[in-house]
Amino acid sequence: MEIILAILVGVQYTAGVYMLLRRSILKFIIGIIFMSNATNLLVFLSAGITSGSPAFLGESAERTDELADPLPQALVLTAVVIGLGILVFILALKFKFFSVTGTDDLDQLKSTEE
Amino acid sequence: MQRVLLIYLLFAPALLWLPERIKKQRALLFALVQLGVFAYFITRIPLLSEVPLIREVTQWIPGIGLDLEFTLDGLSMIFSLLISGIGALVFLYARAYMKNYRNTGRFYFFLFLFSGAMLGLVLSGNLIQLFIFWELTTFLSFMLINFFHEKEASRNAAFQSLFITGFGGLSLLTGIILLGKVVDSYSVSEWILRASEIRESPAYLPGLILILIGVMTKSAQFPFHFWLPGAMEAPAPVSSYLHSATMVKAGFFLLARLNPVLGGTTEWTFIIPLVGVVTMLTGSYFAITRTDLKSILAYTTINALGILILLMGIDTKLSVKAALLFLFVHAFYKASLFMIAGMIEKKTGTREIGLLGGLVRYMPFTFLITVLVAFSMAGLPPMLGFLGKELIYEAKVQLPGIGALILVLGVVSNVLMVAVSLLFIYRIFLGKGDSMPRIPDEKGFLLLLGPGILALLSLFLGLFPGLLGSTLVQSALAVVHAEGVEVKLKLWHGFNEVFMLSVMTVVLGVGLFLLMLRKKVIQERWNNLNQRIFYIQLTRVFTAALDQFVRFSERKTRVLQHGYHRYYILTIILFAALLIWLQIFVTRGWVIETGFSLQPFYISGLVLLIILSTIFSAVSNSRLTSIIALGVSGYGISLIYLYYSAIDLAITQILVETLIVVMFVLVLQRLPRFARLSSRLTKIRDLAVALIFGSVMTLLALKAIRLEFSAPISDFFLTNSYSGAFGRNVVNVILVDFRALDTLGEVVVLTVSAFGVSMLLRKNNSEK
Repeated sequence: MEIILAILVGVQYTAGVYMLLRRSILKFIIGIIFMSNATNLLVFLSAGITSGSPAFLGESAERTDELADPLPQALVLTAVVIGLGILVFILALKFKFFSVTGTDDLDQLKSTEE
Repeated sequence: MQRVLLIYLLFAPALLWLPERIKKQRALLFALVQLGVFAYFITRIPLLSEVPLIREVTQWIPGIGLDLEFTLDGLSMIFSLLISGIGALVFLYARAYMKNYRNTGRFYFFLFLFSGAMLGLVLSGNLIQLFIFWELTTFLSFMLINFFHEKEASRNAAFQSLFITGFGGLSLLTGIILLGKVVDSYSVSEWILRASEIRESPAYLPGLILILIGVMTKSAQFPFHFWLPGAMEAPAPVSSYLHSATMVKAGFFLLARLNPVLGGTTEWTFIIPLVGVVTMLTGSYFAITRTDLKSILAYTTINALGILILLMGIDTKLSVKAALLFLFVHAFYKASLFMIAGMIEKKTGTREIGLLGGLVRYMPFTFLITVLVAFSMAGLPPMLGFLGKELIYEAKVQLPGIGALILVLGVVSNVLMVAVSLLFIYRIFLGKGDSMPRIPDEKGFLLLLGPGILALLSLFLGLFPGLLGSTLVQSALAVVHAEGVEVKLKLWHGFNEVFMLSVMTVVLGVGLFLLMLRKKVIQERWNNLNQRIFYIQLTRVFTAALDQFVRFSERKTRVLQHGYHRYYILTIILFAALLIWLQIFVTRGWVIETGFSLQPFYISGLVLLIILSTIFSAVSNSRLTSIIALGVSGYGISLIYLYYSAIDLAITQILVETLIVVMFVLVLQRLPRFARLSSRLTKIRDLAVALIFGSVMTLLALKAIRLEFSAPISDFFLTNSYSGAFGRNVVNVILVDFRALDTLGEVVVLTVSAFGVSMLLRKNNSEK
């Protein structure tokens, strides 16, 4: 299964990079989402995957060895949320940018002054 | 000594904020301070005959073993006296000279700091510390040369001197560090103690050359000499100070300081005299054809510096003695000649020698002083300069090997100097001069005070050289050349070959002078010839090289900084991908532990769905479908999280994904359709780059599986989750308890982002 998931990571990255290279800013933003999804998956995968045994402690409160590793999960969870924060900001920026300049073309964005 | 330097540091800014009434007397105050410092050093002279050196050490950066070390020995004594003594005279002169200029406050400030930096340099017992003072003098001289910064010539000259001496400074630092590594110390005394180690290490030659480049740039040695004539753009007091006692002598000082460490080797006695001889000849050769007063003097300075470096390079007891004496000779006559040149320019309105003449009628005292110091420059008796020249000849006569050649060249250069000195006197003060812009007078006692004192000193010390020899020169010589020698100087040496050489020099010099006087054409022709022979002027080469460099940078910048966002990204991604590929190639030979399987099928199907929707989202031309497909792939990923035991993660991902889709759709109605901007070819290129990156990331993901996140951390969380934080959901406990501060940071990020968004949107509304 890991191989298939690794391929998924690759596909997400490919799509992400491809979108980043577009001139349309909207596509660029979609590219960022793909990149962040792919990176999250990569970190998640890197600790190994365990199905069906989340890191919940039972009644005995004793740990057992089959539990999934909680550390990468916590990392990715943080990353997902922060990714959302950034994305919202970029979207708002894009919105403002379009209402000021009236273009969606990144190549028009060559200098900070008029 | 540290207190003396502190005085400089404190006085300079203090006098800048003086009340208006006293402000006019600022120069006098500065001169008084300099005089006080001079007196302080004078009182230290007797002390010096008892102890070889006085040292003050303060801890500076103890972590790297760097101390502030100030030493006063015979060598630094000579320089300190010259710097403070001539400094006082320069300030007195400047008071009269700078009267009608603006910004004199700034001028005095920099000039005063400059002399402080120069004192710090000669008193430094630690080479890193010396380097810092060295750079300070570079910077401050830049500010001084740039005083008339409205003039372009001034700016160029200042820049040139800064560039060249700054470059030399860096080279010097490299050399110091290189050699310092050998003995693991930057203290001069330590270097002297372990001199043989340094001399025998393989770093010796590169270190010597690097330090020498520093010396050559500072002391205006060929081929770096051209900044010095440019530096005459500075006001006369600055030229007078820079050329005589400070700045350009710093290089010579460093050579003398390091002579006990680096000197005495074949490399030393070969390279340094070579540089010196060429510089000496360059200086005297060009001095004779110049017509600008200050330019003439600048080239004679180059000549004198060449002689000094040459003598230090010859490195015999006699030559060092001659060099130390000549230091005084040159400082005296050069300081006063520059002051006189400045005064003449001030009074007549020109410094073109062709326009001047017959000044003796209007300025008899000036004439007298000029004759005295110019005789000293020419090396005629009974001035101190005569003695200096005798000693130099004596040192050269007793030289084995290539000494004969150096002697001949030395005579040639001195003949030229005799002619230059005589021409200088004759053309300005005698002869006819009807084309002066203004008829001069001799008013201004302070203008003549400095040159007068120095001229009298030259005469007096020439008659009684023993005063100088037995005290100052002797103790300085003992520093440079370890064995103690008694120095007895006298004016009259008797009829020997040295005297014969002197006579010959004078006769030839006078002959050349008469020849040039009779036939005015000669000088013109000579000048033209020079321009034809030396049509490559170093200043022009310098400017051209600099221009080329700037143009090259511009071109390079235009290629690299093109301003297209996606090409920056393309470059970054491509390089990152290639580097990761390289790393994967280097560490090849690993095995994937798990085999390929499609079990369980529902997950494989899910992955396939995600892949398809991702691709669809990327290629779709409709914004809405693109975003919906994006949402599908996001939800799919959250299902994967769910299956693989990451329940909290899955929940978060679903929430976030929902929010994203909702927001996109909200914003979408206000945004344009997807612009179709790229051609087919760019799309293919971008796809190729993306595939290179994506494929390497797949490999990386495979390699990363089973990467052990530091096990103790996960173990700690799992073990302590219930006992320490009373929570059974470990991921949850990590976020809100163990790493609560991180989560707080995350909240802050979201808040800031929310603020940003609200600002962006609100402004938009208000505009409407």
